[in-house]
Amino acid sequence: MLKQIEGSYGVAEVVAMCRPNVISAYPITPQTHIVEDLSLIVGQRKLDAEFVNVESEFSAASVVLGASAAGARAYTATSSQGLLLMSEVVYCIAGMRLPIVMTCANRAISAPLSIWNDQQDSMALRDAGWIQLHAEDNQEAADLHIQAFKIAEQTFLPVMVCMDGFILTHAYEPVDIPEQKEVDDFLPSFKPKHIVDPNYPRGIGLFADPRFYLETRYILHRAMEKSEETIKEVSADFAKTFGRDSGGFIKTYKLEEANLVIISMGSVVGTIKDLIDQLEEEGKKVGLLQICSYRPFPRQEIYHALKDKMNIVVLEKSISLGRGGILASDVRWSFPRAEKKDRNISSFIAGLGGRNIPLDDLRYMVEKVEKEPVEIEFLGLKKELIADKDL
Amino acid sequence: MIEIRIHGRGGQGNVAAAELLSVAAFKDGKFAQAFPSFGAERIGAPVQAFVRIDDKKIRTREDVRTPDYLIIQDSSLIETVPVLEGLKPDGLIMVNSDRPPEELSIKTTAAIETIPATEIALEIIGRPIPNAVMIGAFCSITGLVRLDAVQEAIMDKFPGRIGENNVAALKRAHEIMQKR
Amino acid sequence: MSDKAEDLNRVEKKDLFASGHRACGGCGQALAARLVQDASGENTIACVATGCLEVFSAPYPDPSWRVPFLHSLFENAAAVASGVEAAYKALNKGPVNIIAQGGDGSTADIGFQSISGMFERGHNVLYVCYDNEAYMNTGVQRSSFTPFGARTSTTPMGNTTRKKNMPLIAADHGIPYVATATVDDFRDLQRKVKTALSIEGPKYIHILAPCPLGWGHHGELTVEICRLAKDTGLFPIYEIIDSKVTNARKIPVKVPVEEYLKPQGRFKHLFKKGVPTEEVAEIQKIANQNIERFNL
Repeated sequence: MLKQIEGSYGVAEVVAMCRPNVISAYPITPQTHIVEDLSLIVGQRKLDAEFVNVESEFSAASVVLGASAAGARAYTATSSQGLLLMSEVVYCIAGMRLPIVMTCANRAISAPLSIWNDQQDSMALRDAGWIQLHAEDNQEAADLHIQAFKIAEQTFLPVMVCMDGFILTHAYEPVDIPEQKEVDDFLPSFKPKHIVDPNYPRGIGLFADPRFYLETRYILHRAMEKSEETIKEVSADFAKTFGRDSGGFIKTYKLEEANLVIISMGSVVGTIKDLIDQLEEEGKKVGLLQICSYRPFPRQEIYHALKDKMNIVVLEKSISLGRGGILASDVRWSFPRAEKKDRNISSFIAGLGGRNIPLDDLRYMVEKVEKEPVEIEFLGLKKELIADKDL
Repeated sequence: MIEIRIHGRGGQGNVAAAELLSVAAFKDGKFAQAFPSFGAERIGAPVQAFVRIDDKKIRTREDVRTPDYLIIQDSSLIETVPVLEGLKPDGLIMVNSDRPPEELSIKTTAAIETIPATEIALEIIGRPIPNAVMIGAFCSITGLVRLDAVQEAIMDKFPGRIGENNVAALKRAHEIMQKR
Repeated sequence: MSDKAEDLNRVEKKDLFASGHRACGGCGQALAARLVQDASGENTIACVATGCLEVFSAPYPDPSWRVPFLHSLFENAAAVASGVEAAYKALNKGPVNIIAQGGDGSTADIGFQSISGMFERGHNVLYVCYDNEAYMNTGVQRSSFTPFGARTSTTPMGNTTRKKNMPLIAADHGIPYVATATVDDFRDLQRKVKTALSIEGPKYIHILAPCPLGWGHHGELTVEICRLAKDTGLFPIYEIIDSKVTNARKIPVKVPVEEYLKPQGRFKHLFKKGVPTEEVAEIQKIANQNIERFNL
């Protein structure tokens, strides 16, 4: 049923419909509404689950790790500092191949303290062995959670569903919430592969000396690569069952005729689409390549979609300090070296710490890269706040 | 696309006002997006909330910079916050005040309407939360959303006596504006 | 009265925690922070955890702090303060009043590891806990200080756990000074801060700081709520000096817990048409246990 609701509430409703057995989370802005809504759903007995109010994110992740290792479908949610605090456990969960689903309400990282949106948090854990999916809007945010449980339980890789904090979590917009039966039909009950069980004693989380560790990482890496098939299948199945496109590897908008392609992910693609339509009326052909699955990285898709495109600009809400745009690096790497020579791939860093990204700034970005490539630029930088020596 | 910016102080139901307008627009068959200016504001601090209403899907996520309408729930903000920023020259401002528009120190080409929302809220709801009154007045003047739709939205969110009182306040505001 | 006694009992007003911050009207924590900083004086370094206090008082570019202020994360105020103390020792600087400050979470939950370590290692730091009985900054979610029966946004049906007794846990670390206080009694609170700062080693002061928004009462009632918390026995006032409970504030007339619970929205669900549910009896038991244990 289509409802006008807050993004967080949509996520809580669909997560509840996925029938998790154990939910454990620690409140952190801007994820709080998801957790509060879920605790009410559990409190009102609309979902039969254990809701464990823990004392920190580190414990929240540890609780879901234990729950999953005991055979439960487990869920947690966090942002920013919370994600970093649980980073040890996040790596553990992947290494243990536990199919946990986590919502990351993307938020900037201290210091300085910022409660506002950017994607530095999930980016900081991109190497941990979790599948990372990015939602464009609140409909996709809800849909991706349903897909996430299915993907996780087929691949035995944990899945992080990323949605821009505040911009999506706290926005009211129309979201089609499915019926419980539809979700039940789509998502079978969890069949764990390895659990702690006195009937079948096994050790989970042993230590691996140099004779064995390398292979575990190889297996995990290959599993991530192979999960591409599952991600695409589940997205296709979802479209068949629920009647709309969401998830998958990448999506494109007005790409075929485009002279300039913008690559981005998350909620900003909405603004980009508006810009593209405006530019089209002005006679300019700009297209969008929107990344949904950031990990595993859609390298082949990007290459094949943009093989003949010579002007590309990557817009991202993240940065590798001392190196440059993270998504930009990933995109630049997607093209064989020989083919890169004539191709411009510009990098823009935007929206950090919740800085608004007005359509006019994006227009400026397009006009700039139409003239010349940009190695790296911070969109909307306020030079007046920066001392000369720091420029 | 219509854009509305709501100014108020924390505790006056600014975010709820934005939500209700968006839900009402949805019930009217429109697309709507509502979001607060996210901050660490607390009770009494200036806050903003935004609404977009359109006949097609709303995709943009930028801040509302050039609103068509302003709803100002606390008139003391006029002196302290740049409430007029970006307002379209032919826009409309709805102000919570017991004074007529000419007496407010607002220099603008936009139209201004006032209503003593806090007083009406105190009388009907018993609390100085002006949002239902402001929305009622706003709907009456602009016709942007049906009053019935707002009424439904209020009852969905606040079932029981609270909802009923807010609906009564909504309707009173509507009556007052219709009479003008 | 001797000079020392006069000093201890004088109410200080130095505005070291300036007004103009963004706390809600009637905020217990804002009041407490002001009293603590003023009692300590200019020679203070405040190591503050993330939470309401930090968020409403320390935005760039206009923080309210007129003493040096250091904020890192939610869970490490005590560890950060330990670091400051170690530096002062290593560099032979000081003396200086190092005061680690935080709320429920940073003291007893996410920050529990830090504070336990600071106590155990014996750092010369005063830790002040502003107890508003939930995670207020992020939207009133329950903490381990949330009392039995209280509604929070993550215990919507009423909290089912008992309040963690942090003052006693602190004392069991063997630290030389522990005290509880409430924001309505300026003199007592400041006397305890000054006493603590005159003692070498780790100190802990636990201040009940009502949150009108989270507790569901009018801002003007903050002071009254504190009195009721004390007079019901739900928040006992005492000091623990060298592991001995002392100076417990006796309750002249014991007040039934209902009088404390009724004015607060977070306990509204405990009264069905004015009739108390069985949780209220449970809360009365908790109060009685406190009265007996501390001989109030």
